[in-house]
Amino acid sequence: MATSLNSFRTGPDERGHFGIFGGRYVAETLMPLILELEAAYNTAKADPAFQDELDYLLEHYAGRPSPLYFAKRLTEKLGGAKIYLKRDELNHTGSHKINNVLGQVLMAKRMGKTRVIAETGAGQHGVATATACALFDIPCVVFMGSVDVERQSPNVFRMKMLGAEVRPVTAGSSTLKDAMNEALRDWVATCENTFYCIGTVAGPHPYPAMVRDFQCVIGNETREQMIKAEGRLPDTLVACIGGGSNAMGLFHPFLDDPGVRIVGVEAAGHGIESGEHAASLTGGRPGVLHGNRTYLLQDKEGQITEAHSISAGLDYPGIGPEHSWLKENGRVEYVSATDDEALEAFQLLCKLEGIIPALESSHALAHVMRLAPTLPKDNLLVMNLSGRGDKDVPQVAARMGMKIES
Amino acid sequence: MSRIAKRFAQLKADRRAGLVTYITAGDPDTDIGYQILKGLPGAGADLIELGMPFTDPMADGPSIQLAGQRALKAGISIDKTFDMVRRFRKETGDNDTPILLMGYYNLVYQRGADKFCKDAAAAGIDGFILVDLPPEEADELKPFAVANGLDTVLLTAPTTDDKRLPAVLKYSSGFVYFVSVLGITGTSSATEEAVRTHVERIKRHTQLPVGVGFGIRTPDQAAAVARHADAAVVGSAIVERVKAGLDDNGKPKPDLVPGVFAYIRALADGVRGVRKG
Ligand SMILES: Cc1ncc(COP(=O)(O)O)c(C=O)c1O
Repeated sequence: MATSLNSFRTGPDERGHFGIFGGRYVAETLMPLILELEAAYNTAKADPAFQDELDYLLEHYAGRPSPLYFAKRLTEKLGGAKIYLKRDELNHTGSHKINNVLGQVLMAKRMGKTRVIAETGAGQHGVATATACALFDIPCVVFMGSVDVERQSPNVFRMKMLGAEVRPVTAGSSTLKDAMNEALRDWVATCENTFYCIGTVAGPHPYPAMVRDFQCVIGNETREQMIKAEGRLPDTLVACIGGGSNAMGLFHPFLDDPGVRIVGVEAAGHGIESGEHAASLTGGRPGVLHGNRTYLLQDKEGQITEAHSISAGLDYPGIGPEHSWLKENGRVEYVSATDDEALEAFQLLCKLEGIIPALESSHALAHVMRLAPTLPKDNLLVMNLSGRGDKDVPQVAARMGMKIES
Repeated sequence: MSRIAKRFAQLKADRRAGLVTYITAGDPDTDIGYQILKGLPGAGADLIELGMPFTDPMADGPSIQLAGQRALKAGISIDKTFDMVRRFRKETGDNDTPILLMGYYNLVYQRGADKFCKDAAAAGIDGFILVDLPPEEADELKPFAVANGLDTVLLTAPTTDDKRLPAVLKYSSGFVYFVSVLGITGTSSATEEAVRTHVERIKRHTQLPVGVGFGIRTPDQAAAVARHADAAVVGSAIVERVKAGLDDNGKPKPDLVPGVFAYIRALADGVRGVRKG
């Protein structure tokens, strides 16, 4: 662990801790399985055949590398930093989630698991998992809060078409956190044959590190592409944060480049001061949930409070533990954007660039709209466009008082 | 000797296994929850597990999830849970029946493990069973538990093999809890043969008493476990009796408390019917 902070990229330690964050707070039943996964992942990482197979799939199946696109009209409109969009919304299935899922499903195969489960919020991770499971012919069950089933209905149909079983979860707030509880409950009973494919850089060790590694393709490509386009590294990185996987994937390869300013954007829902938000770093404090210690939205005693965001993918009261660590050591800045700001950003990108962004990614854009005008024109800013917004069209239409004719 | 160790020594002298009853603190409300707690020893409970409701009980099935929601809605808190135990010790004069807190680590962590242990010990609590604190993370709590004379009962599962068992046992005191099925609380039940095999295996590694739980619903099942283990733990099935005592509006019916006790008496008869070694 980088206690001297010569590097921000050496975590976690052998017990899965990033400083005080992370760890393995799970039921004993799962502990042996998590250790088995850790060992299997360490072997896979060192096996060139594993990386080759993953690289092949990323290129020929998912469509990587995703372009680094100079958003000229957006740049002109905002009148400051030179804005590039990392186009991960162009990946097969429409978001960055596929990067991680292909890696994990290959792990499932390697470990001889015959069933895959996943939790999903926006449905993007569920769709990606259903897709990879179709490809590898593995039965797949996706847990999804019933509120999210409602607001992301296009993705529910997609998962079903891909052959996955979608189990709506009605416990608690019926959103992402409850879907994760239910997935963990399933896993305790089925761990001998089932692989749990977690959708973000959270959960017990080794998930935060493993998912990060699979998502780092985003930042590694960005580095090369920016050097090719501009002859140097970017100055500013911006990404939205639910659990934090698309952000970590972009950020991590740049953590040891001190000249790169890095900003994560959480969901402020109705505003931080309203108490109805999903900004765990801004409005929460450290606690233990879903297998790791991290910043959580909670009351005084430690009961988890409900998150609020227009975006199902950000509507989670926690965050990956490595982000908590990067907040505390100050390497990454964490800010937030409200529902309304995200909706405004959503529409702006549609009109200016002809790109319909996911509501999640719209939060990153909302901050870019604030930040870019304050930066000089030679400041190279990369925003991770983590997903496309097709899934959000019915919800945004309803918010805008429009009706979609069928 | 801790209250838990004393109780198991007594059970051994009486040549029988014990009945461990789980209730969720403050279910269905603080008042009736206390009446139930108070009457448990009289109904035949040898040890008491008092569940601390948590918003996200990841290892629990629907019965205990719902019990936690009822209790939280009725205003249960950690302070009230401690008060309940303090009152139990004072009003009943029962200074022998061990009471363990069961639940999830975040509630302990937020109070501070040190302060939580102090306050719990002062209230008359004897130990913890924390579902999401495996040996890998138990160092966070263990020194404070020891300093305050509290036992930590760790869980072992069918997936805990011989190589891993010593790590679990290293942090366990009072007894060790064998989760007899793969899964959450209140779902399936293990066969007697599986219980026997696992308990024998665990006993090859430790002198600690072994309690077995998950999926015990009938006096016969409790008796079957009692034949092999030092205690049978019953939770979901008891909590379901609490729920059965509520009317359609969630209001307690007059037969709620007697119904719970009658059920526990039947379980206790099952356990006590088995003569040991
Ligand atoms: C397009 C998109 N971006 C971002 C997220 C948030 O997840 P993470 O913070 O792990 O990238 C999601 C989650 O569903 C998503 O679908």
